[in-house]
Amino acid sequence: MKTMRILTTASTIALLAGLAHADTVLSVTTDGNAETVAAMEALTAAYTALHPDVTFEIENRPGGADGDNLVKTRLATGEAGDILQYNSGSLFQALNPVEQLADLTDIAGQANVIDSFKPVVTATDGTVRGVPFGAAMGGGIYYNKPIYAELGLSVPKSWAEFMANNEKIKAAGKVAVAQTYGDTWSSQLFVLGDYFNVQAAEPNFAADYTANKAKYATSAAAMAGFQYLEDVFKAGYLNEDFGVAKFDDGVRMVATGEAAHYPMLTFALGNVKQNFPENLNDVGFFAQPGPDAAKNGLTVWMPSALYIPAASENQDAAKDFLSFVASVEGCNLMIQTNGATGPYLIKDCALPADVPPAVADMMPYFQSEGMTAPALEFLSPIKGPALEQFTVEVGSGIRPAAEAAALYDQDVEKQAKQLGLPNW
Amino acid sequence: MTRTRPSPYPYWFVLPAAVVFVTLFLVPTIASLWFSMTRWDLIDAHFIGWDNYRQFFKEPFLVQGLVNTLIYAVVTSASKSVLGLLLAVLLTSGILWQGFLRSVVFFPVLVSTIGVGITFQALMHPTKGVINLGLALIGIDGPSWLSDPGLALYSVAFIDLWKGIGLATLIYIAGLAAISPDFYEASRIDGATRVQQFWRITVPLVRPATVTVITLSLIGGLRSFDIIWATTRGGPGFSSDVLASVIYKQYQAGFYGLATAGNVILFLLIAIIILPMTYWFNRREVDL
Repeated sequence: MKTMRILTTASTIALLAGLAHADTVLSVTTDGNAETVAAMEALTAAYTALHPDVTFEIENRPGGADGDNLVKTRLATGEAGDILQYNSGSLFQALNPVEQLADLTDIAGQANVIDSFKPVVTATDGTVRGVPFGAAMGGGIYYNKPIYAELGLSVPKSWAEFMANNEKIKAAGKVAVAQTYGDTWSSQLFVLGDYFNVQAAEPNFAADYTANKAKYATSAAAMAGFQYLEDVFKAGYLNEDFGVAKFDDGVRMVATGEAAHYPMLTFALGNVKQNFPENLNDVGFFAQPGPDAAKNGLTVWMPSALYIPAASENQDAAKDFLSFVASVEGCNLMIQTNGATGPYLIKDCALPADVPPAVADMMPYFQSEGMTAPALEFLSPIKGPALEQFTVEVGSGIRPAAEAAALYDQDVEKQAKQLGLPNW
Repeated sequence: MTRTRPSPYPYWFVLPAAVVFVTLFLVPTIASLWFSMTRWDLIDAHFIGWDNYRQFFKEPFLVQGLVNTLIYAVVTSASKSVLGLLLAVLLTSGILWQGFLRSVVFFPVLVSTIGVGITFQALMHPTKGVINLGLALIGIDGPSWLSDPGLALYSVAFIDLWKGIGLATLIYIAGLAAISPDFYEASRIDGATRVQQFWRITVPLVRPATVTVITLSLIGGLRSFDIIWATTRGGPGFSSDVLASVIYKQYQAGFYGLATAGNVILFLLIAIIILPMTYWFNRREVDL
């Protein structure tokens, strides 16, 4: 497994200086995304500057399903270190938090955390097990502003308008929708990002879904996401190498105008900022449109969180660091490092006024009531592990949408049983 | 009446080997039979009887995975034994640069599988890969080798062949060296052509090497995982999934009991295929 050990600059300096304290070394595991590592390095360096006796060792794990596997195995064998950065919501629930993660309900930093975040890191026994790391994200569609300006298009509010835009873009000889099934996780966006529209049509979907009463295959609203994947493929809107292209390719295509749209989470803006800074102002963002232009809103992803594995031997030092991360100071450090990619879940942590256009496009959804809905994985503990394979199949024309939705319902059943949920 | 002579060595001489065998092989094997009947999260295991096996056979992709496993094993094993023999004959015929060519053929065996996978991902890229750029030069519009659902499995099998052929060739070269030159000399005096020599002398007498190559490559093909994971991860969708990658994905998802049940099934499948085959090969060898 490809892992890299990086000593933070701060700890290296501390070591070189030969500080003879009884040093505490906290080992941190991150998902290895460039933005995550940059933020973690900034936070740990600042913390070591304040507490010279505490240093950090940052290790990057692989992302996606390989990373999930690694985290679960390490937690079970008591080798997950002192601080773990990992998803909140249903993936957090799959870690068996009651047994594996330390209770953080009473650490000082929790007072700063916005209440809406706490449910997504709360274990089944009602205790809070994490603090937020990073900004909330929207799941929607990035668009290339120069292409929109050139073809005189306007931001679509309904799926029909979106497809009409795609038709015009295709007619102009351009790639309408970038898809990157080489990174299979990125294929799920049309399904997962459609949840605002699902709950607009069926307000009880999440509860019924958890209780084994609602299914993707039998709910027209939930099925729509799968159908969208099939539609954009059949219409021939995709880039030629959609089957092997990776996430980085998708970001490049929409930033440089090789493609007009890229369905993705808003954290990708950090990638644009790092790799295509001169194109930062060319990228806009809109929520995934649904059947009804009057009910257009954004599906929101909570940021990942920092946890302390129950087996950690440095609980107190780790808790103090997590309180620091959850402070306004920690929040400002993250904004300085990665720019403002979305709202942070720390009280009194305001975004700067000059945000990139894609963030400015996203903020209005957050500022008005009823314009956002959390993604399903933050409302229900069950997410089937094979969703990304089904979405690749539907999006590549291998399997019809209805059949894939029905198979996904079976996949979900396995997860529900593993979690030991009632009614399954 | 025959009496087995008592061994001159005391029984405790067996102990070191027995301890290793029991702790590293016997205990895990029996434990896996138990865990395959539980819902397990690596800490707690609840006994659920045959549910994992039922679930595994209910997996919609399992059947496709099984078929793919068999196709993959047969394709790679057959091509390795045929091409391996031909290469071995060529490389023992005393052609120019024989030693150098032998090492060239063997070289891919030494390269890390993950490295090979990443390299071929680049070579087989539909628009930027060397293979399709080369085909474009002669006017052929190359397919998307690794992301075309009908082609992905065979593309991976080809990579496996490229990587594994060196070992098959090596075994055949050793097998050819064991054939006495007298046979060839005698047949030449009798007026046999090269082709006749190949079919009547080389192929029958190289049989032990053939058995080894087929058995090894068939087992390797049946439990093949690394090269598939490094290139397609079983995709697109499930179209190049084999049994081992289906099992691995259950581990990834945290379904440890279910994945263990899958491993027991894989173990049985390999045993069912390989045991009769070795029996059949060995019997034929005695007949000769």
